[in-house]
Amino acid sequence: MRRLMSYLLALLLIAGPAHAELVIEITRGVENPIKIAVVPFRLQGSGVLNVDLARLIESNLERTGQFQRVKRESMLSLPGPNEQLFYRDWRAIDSEYTVVGQITPEGNGFLVTYALHDVLGQRELFAEKVPGPETAIRDIGHYISDKIYESLTGTKGIFSTKLVYVTVDRRAEKDQTFRLILADADGGRARTIFESSEPILSPTWSPDGGRVAYMSFRGKRAGIYVQTLATGEVQKVTDFPGLNSAPSFSPDGRQLALTLSKDGNPEVYIANLRTGELTRMTDHFAIDTEPRWSPDGRSILFTSSRGGKPQLYLLDVATRNVSRVTFDGDYNSNGAFTPDGAAIVFVHRTNDRFHIARMELKTRAMRILTETDLDESPSVAPNGTMVIYATSEGAKGLLGLVSTDGRVRVRLPSASEQVREPAWSPFMN
Amino acid sequence: MDVLKTIKTAGYAAVLAVLAGCAGQVKEDVAVTDAAAQSPVETTAASSAASTDSVSGTSSSQLSQSASQSAVSGAEITRESLKASALAADTLFFFEFDKSDLRQDALDDLDAHAKYLVADRAARVRLEGHADERGTRAYNLALGERRANAVARYLVIQGVNRAQIETMSYGEERPLSLARDESGWSRNRRVELIYQ
Repeated sequence: MRRLMSYLLALLLIAGPAHAELVIEITRGVENPIKIAVVPFRLQGSGVLNVDLARLIESNLERTGQFQRVKRESMLSLPGPNEQLFYRDWRAIDSEYTVVGQITPEGNGFLVTYALHDVLGQRELFAEKVPGPETAIRDIGHYISDKIYESLTGTKGIFSTKLVYVTVDRRAEKDQTFRLILADADGGRARTIFESSEPILSPTWSPDGGRVAYMSFRGKRAGIYVQTLATGEVQKVTDFPGLNSAPSFSPDGRQLALTLSKDGNPEVYIANLRTGELTRMTDHFAIDTEPRWSPDGRSILFTSSRGGKPQLYLLDVATRNVSRVTFDGDYNSNGAFTPDGAAIVFVHRTNDRFHIARMELKTRAMRILTETDLDESPSVAPNGTMVIYATSEGAKGLLGLVSTDGRVRVRLPSASEQVREPAWSPFMN
Repeated sequence: MDVLKTIKTAGYAAVLAVLAGCAGQVKEDVAVTDAAAQSPVETTAASSAASTDSVSGTSSSQLSQSASQSAVSGAEITRESLKASALAADTLFFFEFDKSDLRQDALDDLDAHAKYLVADRAARVRLEGHADERGTRAYNLALGERRANAVARYLVIQGVNRAQIETMSYGEERPLSLARDESGWSRNRRVELIYQ
């Protein structure tokens, strides 16, 4: 009887309310994704939980393109973590790994117990108990996803990281609402952290994940602002006449590279965030913009039209020497480094279409990663596996994910008509 | 008629003065207008006109001063008619992809705005630069500013004070058309001229 009750509760969990996470559509995955079954986590005792942890975990894993979920309908039983697993039953439905778990109310929160099983090896790989308050249930789901991902791929997971991006509601040319959104990496728990009737551009993370810098207007005046996420406090960095755009934190978080045109045309500057002191880094009558600090802090990648067309250049911070990086095509811009600093991703135009491309800095070998059009704002996940970028479909602006090797492509459709300017946070833990 | 002729002469002198100072270079042009803006003599729009001219010669400032003293009502009539043609002129100026050069077809309308702004030194104009959605947003913000500056530079060459002009860029953030083809993009690559 008790057993039946818990099954009913499990069913309740499955039929819970609709979830906030972005719908995932794997456009292309790896050839042989790891097949994983995540059994619905049973909620012990009374109560309901509006997060389906098993669903959250399998969606997280599937979004990487490296995993494929085993559908719930095909599961022959729904065991909990303290029950014996019949490996034969899971092998029969082609599951290579199986996750079981349960949620037990404890104090004001929950204790989540789960285990990961290797079906072919017929053994439990590990088991863990994770406590947390009710408000942290999604964090626990992301934490478990990270643990499973790292255990099975050897790479640190990115499910506990965050995204910022910009949405736009447009009623007319001069009647728009721009929102800066902070969300979990799966799009869940999205909330507005800044709103304006004027454009919001180029949000970017501080290296510790505690602050976000962006461009916005106060009246008709553009400025660079740094917002502390925990307190909502906003610091003005610059609001000179002309451009104040494209901020990028130095790896130590103490400086911002940015673009100002106060001296007549767009140049790259470094602003000291504590003293406000400005150092001009470029000097050319062409457009110099979109600075992006390298992970070792020694160079800044930027876009310049000094050769007649926008191309990417590297600026040596110590000597201010500039060297051209891209030569292939007549439009390469908005570059970003991979976390190891060995490669860059950027926007590349070919046959009148704009794609995300990747280039190894050592060999200068370039490959195009995306097949969509009007792709821009590439931002690399902190583990270096995925790039999130903005793309278009019909009149819509939406986000896409592509693996840094181009093998996996994922669309992230959203309820909002215009989603753009995504920026992936650093690791938060 | 005499008045008109004097204003015209003053205008040409101003054009020559600015042209001599800027030689078509972005930075040098800015340097000239900066010098005018920082001049301590400048208190009103009219006197700042004189100080701009005085950067490279005094003859034109003397001319324009004598013009404003001799026939006020005549100048006002001219100003009103120039204002009427300026208001009738186009306020949207279009550009090619990734370019900030003025197109030939923009010049007649810009001339009408310039004549009015020269005749009425109290008039103020804002130039908003825009780009189409292709290419990246921060780059397009810079491109929009460059387009606004190209229009501003042309107006200054026609004798308008840099202080009468405010420039800003919206990049690709405020498209006029949402059409995702050349018909929409060509309308979005623009500078909007707005009287303040």
